[in-house]
Amino acid sequence: MTTYLGVILVILLASILAGLVRVLRGRTPAERMIAAQLFGTAAVAILLILSQVMDLPALLDVAMVFALLAAVTLVAFVVLASRRIE
Amino acid sequence: MTDPLVIFDLLLGLSIVALALAVLSVRDLFAAIVLFVIFGLLSALAWVRLSAPDVALAEAAIGTGVTGALLLKTLHHLRYVTGTLDRPEAMNLTPVTPVPMPVLWVNAAFCGLIALGLAVAFLEAPKVGPGFDALVAEAMPASGVDHPVTAVLLNFRAYDTLMEVVVLLAAVIAVWQVERGLSEAPAPHLGEVWQGFARLALPAIVVVGTYLLWVGAEAPGGAFQGGAVLASVGLLLLLSRFYVPQPAHRGIARLAFVLGTGVFSAVALLVSGGGRVAFEYPLEHAKTLILLIEGLVTISIAVTLAALFHGREPVALGEEERRNDT
Amino acid sequence: MMLESLSMILIALGTVFFIAGTVGLLRFPDIYCRLHALTKADGLGLALIALGVALLADSMGEVFRIILIWFFVAVASATCGHLIARYERRSGEGPSYD
Repeated sequence: MTTYLGVILVILLASILAGLVRVLRGRTPAERMIAAQLFGTAAVAILLILSQVMDLPALLDVAMVFALLAAVTLVAFVVLASRRIE
Repeated sequence: MTDPLVIFDLLLGLSIVALALAVLSVRDLFAAIVLFVIFGLLSALAWVRLSAPDVALAEAAIGTGVTGALLLKTLHHLRYVTGTLDRPEAMNLTPVTPVPMPVLWVNAAFCGLIALGLAVAFLEAPKVGPGFDALVAEAMPASGVDHPVTAVLLNFRAYDTLMEVVVLLAAVIAVWQVERGLSEAPAPHLGEVWQGFARLALPAIVVVGTYLLWVGAEAPGGAFQGGAVLASVGLLLLLSRFYVPQPAHRGIARLAFVLGTGVFSAVALLVSGGGRVAFEYPLEHAKTLILLIEGLVTISIAVTLAALFHGREPVALGEEERRNDT
Repeated sequence: MMLESLSMILIALGTVFFIAGTVGLLRFPDIYCRLHALTKADGLGLALIALGVALLADSMGEVFRIILIWFFVAVASATCGHLIARYERRSGEGPSYD
């Protein structure tokens, strides 16, 4: 079971890293932002699985912080960038 | 067959180094910020893999909640100062004046020295050492709390923690010296979806921040983690202009800035009478004192971080001094 | 045993959705399509993984926290998707229909 979850973890991390291409080659700031958003969700998934693999329930708190604060950077971006438009 | 977790760790370590290089080398400042946020995310995962959930929590709270927003605000400010705010491509602002070569070389020399020092320390350190686990475990009953990290931070090495709080205080004093004035930007239109989300999420973030502070006595959590989580409530309130700082709020803010440092130092000095040294809490009151310090330090950290994001002392300015970049 | 294999299947399915989300992010032509790929694939991927992990959890407290985490990620990612799409529509060109 641990080996199986380990393989899943590697796949999830690799899918994050593949998304980095979009951050580096994105044409607009918004494209880069949404890639970062995907990473946040994937990190929560990785933490959920790690909490079982490493048997550390405290990791759920880390995942909870990620889940709740995921919006902060994005809202900062939308608000600050919109000040140019309006 | 190799353990896939080893592959995971290798991949994680390599990608953190690669991201650090990318942040430094990418020309586009906005991309650098996004990469830095992702760097923080992956380092939180690395701390988890090193079995340090306390540090991972702090990294998660500060990295996802405060750092990204703070850097975006700085970029916004930079664009205002350089007058590129109305250019659509100006999110991709690159530094206007190049850094002089001597400065670069001095910086490189200092970085080299630090790297050298770290390498020496790493190579000198015993490969398998007892560490301080045994010492801490032995002293735990005298600490007043059940979580070793909290015991170290607020009892055995409380001096270091006090200094960290002082650093934050110094930062906010410096920022308020430099930046003054009220922010004039109108409330942003974020739509009904955002309103609904804010009503749901803001109270939840307050609950989780308080929980992290409370749980610090027996599990990973504590003042810095809780404070950083609560600070992002402040950030969201400031961004959506649900809360607009007024000159009249300066006194309360100043009180909140010094509350943590003040009470921390006062407790340290007050317990030091009668044969004790500073920070040597009497055992029967240790837990109460630690909780008191942590609670007030949390408030200080949260207010200070939010004030750093807002970035200026709210003072009414004369008409000719008005500015409206934020 | 039964529970464990069910959880393995759920986690694998969730991972497939995450891969789909990344492929969408890399291959779809404009930001609206990419948002569509991300918010849906992510939401479903995380829901399946959370369900799988909840089956493995030791206590009801953990299960409760996993459900809360999933709930907040779902709400936050929907809100973020909406905010970004709204920002993009106001600042630049709208979606292309060809």
